[in-house]
Amino acid sequence: MSIKKQYDVVVIGAGPGGLAAAIEAKKGGVDDVLVIERDVELGGILLQCIHNGFGLQTFKEDLPGPEYAQRFINEAKSLGITFLLDTMVMDVTSQRKLYLSSKDFGYIEVNAHAIVLAMGCRERTRAQVRLPGYRPNGVYSAGTAQRWVNVEGFMPGKKFVILGSGDIGMIMARRLTFEGAKVERVLEIQSYLSGLSRNYVQCLEDWGIPLQLQHTVKKIIGKDRVEAIESVAVDDKWNFIPGTEEIIPCDTLLLSVGLIPENELSKKAGVMLDPVTGGPFVDEHFQTNVPGIFAAGNVVHVYDLVDYVSMAGFEAGKSAAEFALAEKERAARYIPLKAGKNVRYIVPHKLDKKALEQGDISLQMRVTRPIEEDVWLEVRGENNSIVRRSERYVRPGEMVTIMLKPKMAAEVEKTGTLTVDIYPKSEA
Amino acid sequence: MQEKYDYLVIGGGVVGAMIARWLSRFEGRILLIEKEADLGMGCSSANTAIVHAGYDPLPGSLKALMNVRANPMWDQLAGELGFAFERRGDYVVAVGEEELPLVDKLMQQGVKNGVPGMLMIDGAEMRSRERDINPEVSGALWASTGGLCDPFQVTVAAAENAVNNGATVLFNTAFEDFIWEGSRVIGVKTNRGDFFARWVINAAGIYSDEVMHKAGVRPEFFIKPRKGEYFIFDRNEVQIHNVLFPVPSSRGKGILVTATLHENTIIGPNANIIEDKEDTSLTKEGMDELLDGARKLIPSLNLRHSIANFVGLRPMGNGPCLTPGVNYNNDFVIEIPEKVQGFVNLGGIESPGLTSAPAIAEMVVDLMKDAGEIFIDKKDWDPIRPARPRFSKMTHLERKLLCDIDPRYGRVVCRCENVTEGEIVAEIHASVPAQTYDAIKRRTWLGTGRCQGGFDMTRVVAILARELGVSPFEITKRGEGSEYLIRTTKNVEVENVD
Repeated sequence: MSIKKQYDVVVIGAGPGGLAAAIEAKKGGVDDVLVIERDVELGGILLQCIHNGFGLQTFKEDLPGPEYAQRFINEAKSLGITFLLDTMVMDVTSQRKLYLSSKDFGYIEVNAHAIVLAMGCRERTRAQVRLPGYRPNGVYSAGTAQRWVNVEGFMPGKKFVILGSGDIGMIMARRLTFEGAKVERVLEIQSYLSGLSRNYVQCLEDWGIPLQLQHTVKKIIGKDRVEAIESVAVDDKWNFIPGTEEIIPCDTLLLSVGLIPENELSKKAGVMLDPVTGGPFVDEHFQTNVPGIFAAGNVVHVYDLVDYVSMAGFEAGKSAAEFALAEKERAARYIPLKAGKNVRYIVPHKLDKKALEQGDISLQMRVTRPIEEDVWLEVRGENNSIVRRSERYVRPGEMVTIMLKPKMAAEVEKTGTLTVDIYPKSEA
Repeated sequence: MQEKYDYLVIGGGVVGAMIARWLSRFEGRILLIEKEADLGMGCSSANTAIVHAGYDPLPGSLKALMNVRANPMWDQLAGELGFAFERRGDYVVAVGEEELPLVDKLMQQGVKNGVPGMLMIDGAEMRSRERDINPEVSGALWASTGGLCDPFQVTVAAAENAVNNGATVLFNTAFEDFIWEGSRVIGVKTNRGDFFARWVINAAGIYSDEVMHKAGVRPEFFIKPRKGEYFIFDRNEVQIHNVLFPVPSSRGKGILVTATLHENTIIGPNANIIEDKEDTSLTKEGMDELLDGARKLIPSLNLRHSIANFVGLRPMGNGPCLTPGVNYNNDFVIEIPEKVQGFVNLGGIESPGLTSAPAIAEMVVDLMKDAGEIFIDKKDWDPIRPARPRFSKMTHLERKLLCDIDPRYGRVVCRCENVTEGEIVAEIHASVPAQTYDAIKRRTWLGTGRCQGGFDMTRVVAILARELGVSPFEITKRGEGSEYLIRTTKNVEVENVD
């Protein structure tokens, strides 16, 4: 597959937001839609979400994550969208130039008329919840453990404690139980659940996994591998309550302590972020402060249901296509001005054909050498002459101008370039 | 089988690696043994990464002598060994008028130690050099010869250069006892058998006291670890440009705020004397202490922007300073003991140990010469250990050229720090190979960013297993006992949960 230098819409990320955006952009009438995905498969985080609960809004069906993703993948492929897998976007500029890196094609640049940011989110880490104790192996984010179990097919531990009642944590509690592991406890520092109630019922209650609200990890024990954690109850201000400590033997601690939109690339492009959501400031079309750069899904703010991510993707993709089409049309109106015989340069360098209908346009230039006799100054198209006037001489020290007038618009319309030549009448 | 060497170094920290590298310029067989699965897993991997100017140690101490002698060696060392080093200078910042005399005293001490290039600057100048500094800053000592390095890279590069010049490095090899011939040490017993050598050098860091006691040397010498906790802040959120020390107290140099060569900001360390030499646990009290301390210099610091913590143990010894008239009992020990032959004894190499390491290596060789050892220059000694490509530091054009040469550099495995498969594979197959996740992390800075390995971990485990030709179940974070994976899924029946 050859990679083009210019695409109408480039979508970064092939998760639910990106796939929806690509589909809607293509349906919006643009020719070239490119989706860039850093994983080796399409679908994003849905691929490791093998539980059901997806698609109730979009399809009125209860689907597992990979199946929900596959419906979008199938549609995107049938529309002729281009995909680059195992490819990382290293840089994006506000001029919508992207730098891509891949084992398959190396390090390349592509340009986009519009970009949709759909990088999703990442999990909060241990440092952000300030967990004291050692730093052994066996402390993983719930999402990392989910990838290991559901995609790679490995068990990262036997006995688990889960900190945080986020949805991924609760879903992993059930999943690990299915796989024969023991989930000792889910601890939540807040006085309320941080994920969906249905996940509490289906993933914890139904499997007899205890949830302790207003509890957290006081200390991680074990130097090479987790051996136990010390839990503690907290008051409303999250202060430890002395005397409530409990040692819970386990070999793995999973963290399900929140998600943060992933916007490192957005910042490189000059996209401004809302400090509250962690995602870009967007308008109703999901356009960021940088014209032509849109954002969809968890990269904007963390959603609770994937169906809403897809809807956001549709809107962003549609808007990106509209922007790209307008951008292309605007670009197509311009024709370049070329310095021809004896002309060193011309300003302006390009010309909006529509602008000529509004009034005179002065072309300013300098010649390459003095010609001390009568000369023609001629503006010509590819196959037609637009205007010609004479001068008694031309010299590099003196600027030369030619006027284009509205009455010439019809002739200018016929050509793709304009060239200015200056030559002695004797040579005409 | 009896393995015979000329020089055997116990301990693969920065001091051991520098000694091995210094010895590698001479004829002779060198063996470095390290009890862990990688180099630099003790004190050398958890410190503030500063090459000190030398105004801090007490004049007349061996610490002062080594520090000031070593500092100018670092430029050539960095050039030869291809590690990152920047002579940015450092500051001791006085907050409020009452701290100014203390800074002045430090400057006088620096002059006595022979530190060049120091200057007192006023509060306004300090504020102009570090935007977010406490507005109550009244002045600062600027030591222009202070530097920043990457201590993991330094240790690895020195050991690799030694290996490239013929030395051997053995991991997972723990010293157990000495082998004697009369009063002469002729080798060591380890968990992996006996190794014989004409000289054994104690560079065991936090365990240097236990090693020397086995040799019957300095029974009164003990290491008391001083535990130091640190926070690392996200470079995208906190930008500190300098190395900023508070005025020192009786407990050490105080909690500093410093830039790093990876552009993240570090705060720390506190200094709590502990008993357990393996206690690198973080404490809640320590975390609070750090933030309070660091906010004295940079009041705007917010823990929300912290991405990681680490803990280092400084091997503080009770070695008396040998200079007459200098009353100081926490000095470096660098000696050939009178009663034992074939043994070079080091102890208490805490801060400024990283800075001093090249001078200590030189001194070790000088002591051996004084004891009659004859060193013959190796004709083909190559001092150069080239730096390996670091994708994230490259320009777009450099990246393109590198990917054209080796496409594996095009595959980005760590999304936050932009470390590529090519870099990981190069480290796994280097002359001192990286064989654990943490070994790769220390060498490439992979997994140290905002997501802390959440993205790369599963991928790196797969690459390690593939390149080492072993099962993923054998891959560890930092050596035996820290495996990642237990079993495959769907094998529930083979496991006894309780």
